[in-house]
Amino acid sequence: MRMTPFLSLLARDIRLATRAGGSVALALAFFAAMATLVPLGVGNDLKLLARAAAGVLWVAAVLAALLSLNRLFQADFEDGSLDLIALSPLSLESVAAAKILGHWLTTGLPLTLLSPLLGLMFGLPPEAIAVLTVSLLIGTPAVSALGAIGAGLTLTIRRGGLILPLLVLPLLAPAVIFGAGAVRGVLDGLSNGALLFLAAFALAATVLSPFAAAAAVRLNLAG
Amino acid sequence: MPSLFTYANPKRFMDLSSALLPWLTVATVLFLFAGLVLGFLSPPDYQQGDTVKLMFLHVPAAWTAMMAYGLLAVASFFSLVWRHPLADVAAKTAAPLGAVFTVLGLVTGSLWGRPMWGAWWVWDARLTSFLLLLFLYLGYIALWNAIEDETRAARAAAILGLVGAINLPIIEFSVNWQTLHQGESIFREGGPTIASVFLWPLGFSGLGYTLLFFTLWFVRIRTEILERRARALLLAGAA
Repeated sequence: MRMTPFLSLLARDIRLATRAGGSVALALAFFAAMATLVPLGVGNDLKLLARAAAGVLWVAAVLAALLSLNRLFQADFEDGSLDLIALSPLSLESVAAAKILGHWLTTGLPLTLLSPLLGLMFGLPPEAIAVLTVSLLIGTPAVSALGAIGAGLTLTIRRGGLILPLLVLPLLAPAVIFGAGAVRGVLDGLSNGALLFLAAFALAATVLSPFAAAAAVRLNLAG
Repeated sequence: MPSLFTYANPKRFMDLSSALLPWLTVATVLFLFAGLVLGFLSPPDYQQGDTVKLMFLHVPAAWTAMMAYGLLAVASFFSLVWRHPLADVAAKTAAPLGAVFTVLGLVTGSLWGRPMWGAWWVWDARLTSFLLLLFLYLGYIALWNAIEDETRAARAAAILGLVGAINLPIIEFSVNWQTLHQGESIFREGGPTIASVFLWPLGFSGLGYTLLFFTLWFVRIRTEILERRARALLLAGAA
């Protein structure tokens, strides 16, 4: 029975994210605030905003998810619970997978659910909003997964939160390109297959990242 | 029987590299000189005029920057699998060199872009993926610098190097997917599509850049090894 420790770790992470500090609400507020600043800076031309919407919302979603990523392992590391979790029968790879899933459920998913509203405010037509939402739904797991590698690597760095984005953002370029590209494809009336590429990228990232993240956590626990 | 690991011994590497370095240096100077002179003497392109000569500075810089990341990834793999200290040093020292060649590629690309595209910077696929490559290098260097413990830093950086190496082709693909770009014109089926008057200087220049990278790389590896020895001696003396 390996599912039970996995599920209990997942449930614990979700409880922590929704209660103490409330990182879910913070990520949503950050996402909305960032999206609000763009029309203030770019101007309120709805045509222009509709063209930019997908890119802006994708970048905002990535940054909002990054906000809470540096604490993914660090909080548990600092209070010692990560050592206990590492000693449990659950492999570190499964721990990383549970952490990634928990992070996605508490950031990627809520951000996805908020995105149709923001898409509407950016003047996107309904079918583009649908594609934007789907792209965030299938693409944000890659953000949590690749972010977990960065979180593991920067685990013992005091200012890890500053380095993490530099490590992770270049790796996330394909997600932003395909995610926003899918929406622009709808606006231009083309079917460009971006959603399929995005799905492939997210799938590969989600499957492979727990191993790299676990290796990173392991080397930091060993010292 | 000598294997790769025979030369991976730091002592043997020091002996071998000190014997090789003078030859490498001379070869680097010769090839770079030949590339520059031939490039300078080559005729202007019928479309691009004299700006085509930037190619002999730009294209080899880009090749070398990519080769450096490849070598960094290979060294990272060796470091992770066999925990070899020389592989750590090799990966660590390749990164700043790769970053410099990337910057060189970006700057010369930008200078070439101004007369050709009418803008200092366009979001062309090559330029964009090179900018991302620069960020990968910078992140790698930052991670090395941020972790104090040397062995831990080496292993963390090796993981990042490999993750980056897996991602690099995907990043490249995604950026290509988004933008229209000039197609491959040298390594393609049916032979190169550029005239041989340009191909010769490009070849010399490419070899020159590659040799320059290896020369600097060996110097940096040697410096790092000597620095570590000096530190170890200091620590031993203090104890």
